[in-house]
Amino acid sequence: MNATKDRQDLILAEAKKLNKEVFDEKNLVKNPTEKQQFQKESPKLVTLEEAIHKSGLKDGMTISFHHHFRGGDKVVNMVVDKLAEMGFKNLSLAASSLQDVHEPLIEHIKNGVITSISTSGLRGKLADEISRGLMEKPVVFRSHGGRGSAIASGDLHIDVAFIGASSSDPLGNACGYSRSENAKSICGSLGYALPDAQYADKVVVLTDDLVAYPNTPNSISEHNVDFVVEVDSVGDSSKIASGAIRDTKNPRDILLAKQAAKVIVNSGYFKEGFSIQTGSGGASLAAVKYIRQSMIDQNIHASFALGGITAHMVKLHEEGLIDRLIDVQSFDRVAAESIMNDPKHKEVSANEYASADEPGSATHYLDIVILSALEVDTDFNVNVLVGSDGIIRGAIGGHPDTAADSALSIIVCPLLRGRIPCVVDKVTTLITPGKSVDVVVTEYGIAVNPNRPEIAERLKNAGLNVVDINWLKERALKVIGTPAPLPFGDKVVGVVMNRDGSVLDVIKNINA
Amino acid sequence: MQRLRRTMMFVPGNNPAMMSDAFIYGPDSIMLDLEDSVTMAEKDAARLLVHNALKTIDYGNTEMVVRINPLNTPFGKKDVEAVVTAGVHVIRMPKTETAEEVVELEQEIEKVEERLGCVGRTQIMAAIESTKGIINAYAIATASKRMMGIALGAEDYCANLKTQRTTTGEELLLARETIVVAARAAGIDALDTVFSNLNDMETFRKEVELIKHLGFDGKSIINPRQIEIINEIFTPTQKDIDKAKAIMGAIKEAEAKGSGVIALNGKMIDKPVVIRAQRTIELAISAGVLTKEDL
Amino acid sequence: MTINKAFAGTLESGDIMIQIEPSDKEGLNIELDSTVMYQFGEQIKKVIAETLTSLGVTSANVKATDKGALDCTIKARVTCAAVRATGKDVWA
Repeated sequence: MNATKDRQDLILAEAKKLNKEVFDEKNLVKNPTEKQQFQKESPKLVTLEEAIHKSGLKDGMTISFHHHFRGGDKVVNMVVDKLAEMGFKNLSLAASSLQDVHEPLIEHIKNGVITSISTSGLRGKLADEISRGLMEKPVVFRSHGGRGSAIASGDLHIDVAFIGASSSDPLGNACGYSRSENAKSICGSLGYALPDAQYADKVVVLTDDLVAYPNTPNSISEHNVDFVVEVDSVGDSSKIASGAIRDTKNPRDILLAKQAAKVIVNSGYFKEGFSIQTGSGGASLAAVKYIRQSMIDQNIHASFALGGITAHMVKLHEEGLIDRLIDVQSFDRVAAESIMNDPKHKEVSANEYASADEPGSATHYLDIVILSALEVDTDFNVNVLVGSDGIIRGAIGGHPDTAADSALSIIVCPLLRGRIPCVVDKVTTLITPGKSVDVVVTEYGIAVNPNRPEIAERLKNAGLNVVDINWLKERALKVIGTPAPLPFGDKVVGVVMNRDGSVLDVIKNINA
Repeated sequence: MQRLRRTMMFVPGNNPAMMSDAFIYGPDSIMLDLEDSVTMAEKDAARLLVHNALKTIDYGNTEMVVRINPLNTPFGKKDVEAVVTAGVHVIRMPKTETAEEVVELEQEIEKVEERLGCVGRTQIMAAIESTKGIINAYAIATASKRMMGIALGAEDYCANLKTQRTTTGEELLLARETIVVAARAAGIDALDTVFSNLNDMETFRKEVELIKHLGFDGKSIINPRQIEIINEIFTPTQKDIDKAKAIMGAIKEAEAKGSGVIALNGKMIDKPVVIRAQRTIELAISAGVLTKEDL
Repeated sequence: MTINKAFAGTLESGDIMIQIEPSDKEGLNIELDSTVMYQFGEQIKKVIAETLTSLGVTSANVKATDKGALDCTIKARVTCAAVRATGKDVWA
């Protein structure tokens, strides 16, 4: 016989040693209710106001947001309106980026609800007001990789993260898309929100499609989520981009795209297994189309495409020309649907995408990147944030991250935008240091950084029009005349952080 | 080096943004238009815009052409004055039907050139857009020593012919051949009409292949997207260039020997073959795919 | 020189719209709105004033709406507006 009863003394003795109780069957409850009934319930499921209360948010703390819905985002305004209504003051807003749609923040800044901002970019009226000195504290600008690093290292501590998701179950397993028939929105990758989910003290998921547990495969895990809030809408997906591939008809963009494609094909990096990233913007998107033809003609395949993923990239992937897609932000509906359906289309968090201090970040494995610019100067420094009129009108994005880590960085920009020159003596604001910029493609010619004589040689041998960057600057001035200096004031309205956490530049207020 | 006229790109004369950057697409000629693309009420404005653009903008090596309004309209003579004073390379006369019209234009040009002290600076090209014009093609082509080319304007021509354009172009065959023959006989360039459907690049390509085959020097175009296809078709292939180079080598060899007979690989080469080879070489050099040092 | 109200140009990108009106005061009163005001505002006003003066227009109210026009375009549009306002053409 070997009954439990026979070991009772020993059990008691061991329990005592471990300072534990002895098991009592009376405490075991068996619930035979159909568990399906619980799949849409959870103590985490609360209203927005309850979530804010329970999160322990206090005046002076930091809240965070992601921008995958771009101009269609509804979460920032909804949450900040609620915080204002609840009487919060002196909050820091840490967004992955801000858009035109966030204009209502102006009032919240004036009323002292928001007193500091960190972001990758600013646009529209909000950017305009901030450029003129709306805020006491300067806005802190970081690249996407830089933000990921800052969150991981604690430089940017988030008290409460608010994450808009297109589907979530009551426990917080959430995605940027929904597999249910009630799907209301889609943004695809939630890459910029993943560091927030991982490192914030409290995490609130807002969703417009509350689905039954388990919402898998999931991009945000219930493990990281404290509260789930059901709302009418987290974002207007149509503002991300339309469904179909948009081919630019703009002849200047086509010209630039063809030149950029020729640079890539003749750069020496266009080989079987190469990797590539393209920025947004008509010309760099169109470049993919022309690279595609060369890939087919020369039987060359890419191992992966990185970054903001577009319908163009999805097409190449589905044709077998690109093996994997690594997606931190889906730029259109086609890309967003692909990440939902295709296991070779992988979501990546901002730090795994582009952090300088993350050895495994994808940019470290990147061969070629095509990027745009507002201005490039004769030292190849690039500005993508502040317009030539001194007003903030853009976003850093992954620009300095990808330029620095890639083997070959190509900037595509027109020499002239109307009467505004894009190749200048000194950039208005330094965002990407010239040392990491290799080639500048304009409609007037292609300039190669003197650090890369081998690239210049290869492009010349291919018959491309390689010119001195100083010549480009002079050519622009010849057409437009010499611009007057901008009327900057003495107040610092923005601080540009380098991706390694150092301070790269400051933006002064504009007087006008 | 001969001037290539593979592509002559239309740019509306009242659109400053398009006028200032048209040359970045690399057309051989830019044709600023004062005629059909400008409304009656804006003729004065476009004329001033074209005048100032020609005087100011650096178009590089691009040939600058202006299509003026016919001289029998209230605008034609002012157009001539405005563009000749601004130093235009070529005046394109629309709807040309007779040699007399060319002579009249020449006189108008000369009046202005005399005042400026630059007689003979401005060239003329005539667009032939009617059946009468086609009948008079050779007379038009030889009406002035300023003539640099004649061009077909197919839309008006087809209306005049009581037919319409097709994708295969049988209706234009006589006109096209007449233009090329007249131009060749007069020793000037022949330019084909525009192709307007930008969504049908395949038919466009076929048309360009056809007109090259017929002997045209180039084509009027309406969009930068058309340039690449034309240049591709009009630029000699490496095979053609190699063959032409071999023929030119044989000529040099014959000259060195003092022989009147040119032979390559044991076969005698006729004069037309030599002429064709010379043209291939010239085209290749102009198109930048061959340098003089390569010869 | 007597002038009537006249305008020239468009609001397209790269163009400038010029409106000229008679003024009861001597001198040119130029009101400019430009997309490149900071960098080129003064230069644009200078071109407008020089062009009008060279055409003998010394008294007028001028309203200019600029969309990044180059100097040669500004000169052409101002000349056109002046010709329309005065009825006196620049061609023989």
